[in-house]
Amino acid sequence: MVKTVFSIGLSTGENLVIKKNRLEGEGLQGKGRRVAIVSGIHGDELEGQYVCYEVIRRVKEKPEYLEGILDVYPALNPIGITVADRMIPKLEKDLNRMFPGSGQGAAFERAAAAIIQDLEGASLCIDVHASSRFVKEIPQVRICEEFADKLIPYARHMNVDMVWTNATETVHESTLAHSMNVKGVPTLVVEMGLGMRINRSYGKQVVDGIFSLLYEMGIWKKEPHGIQYPVLSTDGEVEFIRAECSGMFIPAIEHSHFVKRGDKIGEIITPIEGRTEKEIIAGKDGLVFTLREYPMVSKGALLARILTDIRPKRTREEE
Amino acid sequence: MFAEDIYTLSLPYREDMAIKGYRFGKGEQSACIVGPMRGNGVQQMYICAKLVKALKELEAKGCICSGKEIMVIPVVNSYSMNIGMRFFGVEAADISRQFPGREWGDTAERIAAAVFNRIKDYSFGIQLTSFHTAGDSVPHIRMIENGYQNASLANLFGLPFVVVRKPRPIDTKTLNYNWQNRKTAAFSLYTNSNEAVDEESAKQSEAAILRFLTRMGMIRYESHSGYISHVLTQEDLTDVNTMCGGIFRRKARVGHEVRYGDAMAEIIDPYKGNAKETILAPTDGIVFFAHSESLIAEGDVAYQLVHRLHE
Repeated sequence: MVKTVFSIGLSTGENLVIKKNRLEGEGLQGKGRRVAIVSGIHGDELEGQYVCYEVIRRVKEKPEYLEGILDVYPALNPIGITVADRMIPKLEKDLNRMFPGSGQGAAFERAAAAIIQDLEGASLCIDVHASSRFVKEIPQVRICEEFADKLIPYARHMNVDMVWTNATETVHESTLAHSMNVKGVPTLVVEMGLGMRINRSYGKQVVDGIFSLLYEMGIWKKEPHGIQYPVLSTDGEVEFIRAECSGMFIPAIEHSHFVKRGDKIGEIITPIEGRTEKEIIAGKDGLVFTLREYPMVSKGALLARILTDIRPKRTREEE
Repeated sequence: MFAEDIYTLSLPYREDMAIKGYRFGKGEQSACIVGPMRGNGVQQMYICAKLVKALKELEAKGCICSGKEIMVIPVVNSYSMNIGMRFFGVEAADISRQFPGREWGDTAERIAAAVFNRIKDYSFGIQLTSFHTAGDSVPHIRMIENGYQNASLANLFGLPFVVVRKPRPIDTKTLNYNWQNRKTAAFSLYTNSNEAVDEESAKQSEAAILRFLTRMGMIRYESHSGYISHVLTQEDLTDVNTMCGGIFRRKARVGHEVRYGDAMAEIIDPYKGNAKETILAPTDGIVFFAHSESLIAEGDVAYQLVHRLHE
């Protein structure tokens, strides 16, 4: 059942409305373990739209498998999504830097407070992001070191390629995930794909992972198959590769591939001179889990991230 | 006056962005004044430019005190200023939230690191900054309460108010916070304008900074004594929120006193033209901040009042 979580009046004949879809097992009547899936905090990150759709579709297809409550919030920043704006339009503020919000504050501070209030008491929260428009990411869970011991056991079942502990930005103190973790609701941040795009394959992989986790929690009755366990960033080391000059970055490799030390990752060119400014070479062996998609770069721009010294992934069956 | 390039960034199809600093006097690094890091801080850049002019004239007259060096950086983000963007680069990074920066970080972090490394050892730091929310405010000095703030020093600017507030997580990435952490006495100066030049307020801000530099023994300059500042905490400010959205018709003016129950503004229905709401003053006080745009949403902060303070 679709419910309104928060509503507030905009200036000209429209309300800002944040909605969720509540799906619950037969006979629960609001009582039972609850898992929340949220998305769309950043309006230009659309991967979560497919995830929300597919989760709801599968539950509707087999409602008898659900033994708990599933709350799905596809669009926490609904006006941002409609104009592909990462920020809150007009305010130019990042909603994911406004948590836990304030019930007495301005419109979006109230929205943040209402979201937190609605999520409180959940057994688990999964916050689905996409990458920015500039770099492509493999499906991964990002968690803050502070909560790693509690979150890694959940993250292992998410069928993602990697769990990145101590990643910055999305685990910042003013984020939804941090606020919920502080309140005792284990919250995983999922990142994948590219901004303003939907990658069906990545979405399906993460949805499989969500149902695998629901199964482990006793909320979904159907046992999953073919679920892979992720590599952990703490097993290796994340190497950042940044542009050391400005120009256009032309990748020489595919995203989500292993490279060896000395492999060419790409080059930065100056089109008007017909000149290669810099060849980008891998310094270590590893998995390229982040690769720049938007070609224009200035000095310091992120080109790639490589997870080095990692073990091969194992499936659930192999474990 | 000595001009130096603090950081230069080359960009495809555009000329290099050079962050310029102007130094006056020789000796210990005494005071550094930093202009806007967002591309809409025109008023802040204008005030810095006026300071460069004033300090150049004072230096020519031998009025920079011996052994003191003053630096002015009129604008950090000229890249965005020239194209009417608020934030930096294709990734729209907010440079003002990147401090202390990282030399090997992304572009905005490198800019912040270069600026911070150059200015971190000044004894006094003054940043001309603006509210994130569109609105007008009484000119004031703002300080973050992190144990190193000194409201008595802020008083020496002679502006009507000094606001001390507790830091939020996001403040840890500001220049002011990082300056204070390194024992620089740091002040953020807010004027009542941002994107447009307001001559009167620019003159007041320029005078306040010159007054401060005089009182701290860095320049010789005769000026009016200014105000004995009223020191506030964030809790002394009362938010006045709207009950509905619409066209905002402002009545109460920034800096003016209102009495409990006074009509401060009306919210006009954008379809029918009737007043949907009359915003009444919830307390006696002075208008510290006022929403400045013509449209307003439900729950937005229309005003902030200095609770129970009279003119």
